[in-house]
Amino acid sequence: MKPHAAAPKGPALPLAPPPSLWRLFLGFFIMGSTSLGGGVIAYLRTGLVSNYRWLDDETFVELMAISQSLPGLNATNMSILSGDRLRGWPGAFLAALGMCLPGAALMTAAAFAVGVGGDDPLSKAFLHAIAAGAVGLIAVVMVQLGSKVLVEIADYAFVVLTAVLVAFLHVPVLYALVGVGALAIWWHRPRKGAAPKPVDPHFKDHP
Amino acid sequence: MKQLLDLAMVFGYISLLTVGGGMAAFPELKDLTVDVHHWVTFPELMHYYSLGQLAPGPNMMMVASIGAQVAGLPGAAVVLVAFILPTGLLTFGIGRLWNRLHDWPWRPSIQRGLGPVSVGLVLAGGIVLARGALTNTLTVALAVGVFALLMLTKINPAIPIVVSGLVGIGLYLI
Repeated sequence: MKPHAAAPKGPALPLAPPPSLWRLFLGFFIMGSTSLGGGVIAYLRTGLVSNYRWLDDETFVELMAISQSLPGLNATNMSILSGDRLRGWPGAFLAALGMCLPGAALMTAAAFAVGVGGDDPLSKAFLHAIAAGAVGLIAVVMVQLGSKVLVEIADYAFVVLTAVLVAFLHVPVLYALVGVGALAIWWHRPRKGAAPKPVDPHFKDHP
Repeated sequence: MKQLLDLAMVFGYISLLTVGGGMAAFPELKDLTVDVHHWVTFPELMHYYSLGQLAPGPNMMMVASIGAQVAGLPGAAVVLVAFILPTGLLTFGIGRLWNRLHDWPWRPSIQRGLGPVSVGLVLAGGIVLARGALTNTLTVALAVGVFALLMLTKINPAIPIVVSGLVGIGLYLI
């Protein structure tokens, strides 16, 4: 795979040359350390496309489409795909490492800290209220994801069916994913004459 | 050793379910870590999830906390590798095949089909988390408030999340 196979179109700034492995790791480590509050993808877009200029917007959207259709965390998948485009497999490895290391180290440390002070009622009140706030955040993520991928009534039916199976009938996620997934893919199967258009994911810039 | 193996199996399996984001696998994460293996209680799992909201990078790095609580540093390492490596290799491979898959007629069908399913899985994850987290009027109000604020403004999500926590402390103290 040739890096930067697609030349940037229009008035976009020219891409920077692919970074060294060390610069690549550092770039992803910085993004992995600063992307607070969820929405890592918005930080990745600002970093990769606007600040470092390692990827053009078109490539970013294409990689994002791959990331979202595959299992794995979006931020990790995006790091792997862009790292591979930039510096081959060592780039993919170092990008994912840089992205995950800061959060993973902090959360490992947190387990030891919570193990010590986990029964403190103040920290319990704090964390419980954050979980409540996070429910609101998840609803926002769902609306944003939904506005991109829900086109026809059948799509909404697949959403409800999946959610009811998993959350209320306690069907294992794997069965719901494979079962409803196969049904939905069949529903959107390729038809002669009218090729279904892949949905274009769009992203808002991080403030 | 048996425990490390169990951790690897559970988190390797869960990682395969994270289509559309980490939240998609939350119902299964709760089932396996709380109800099947008793590694954490549901409140503990929620609290680690909350801490994950405050940590940088992908929120689901909170799985490292579960590994660490069960088996210390080796536990955290095993969980992280099991959670990231299998799907990472898959993504890497598909990413390289992508240009060849570009004209495959089923590719847009798969994307169109999996989109609604992943939204449904995130919704299910949200419902499971809400059952544990929304226990009274205040917590419901916090969730609705965060939702409204994020829908109406472009504020960084970290701010209302931290404010929620502070409101929780404030109401505990008065």
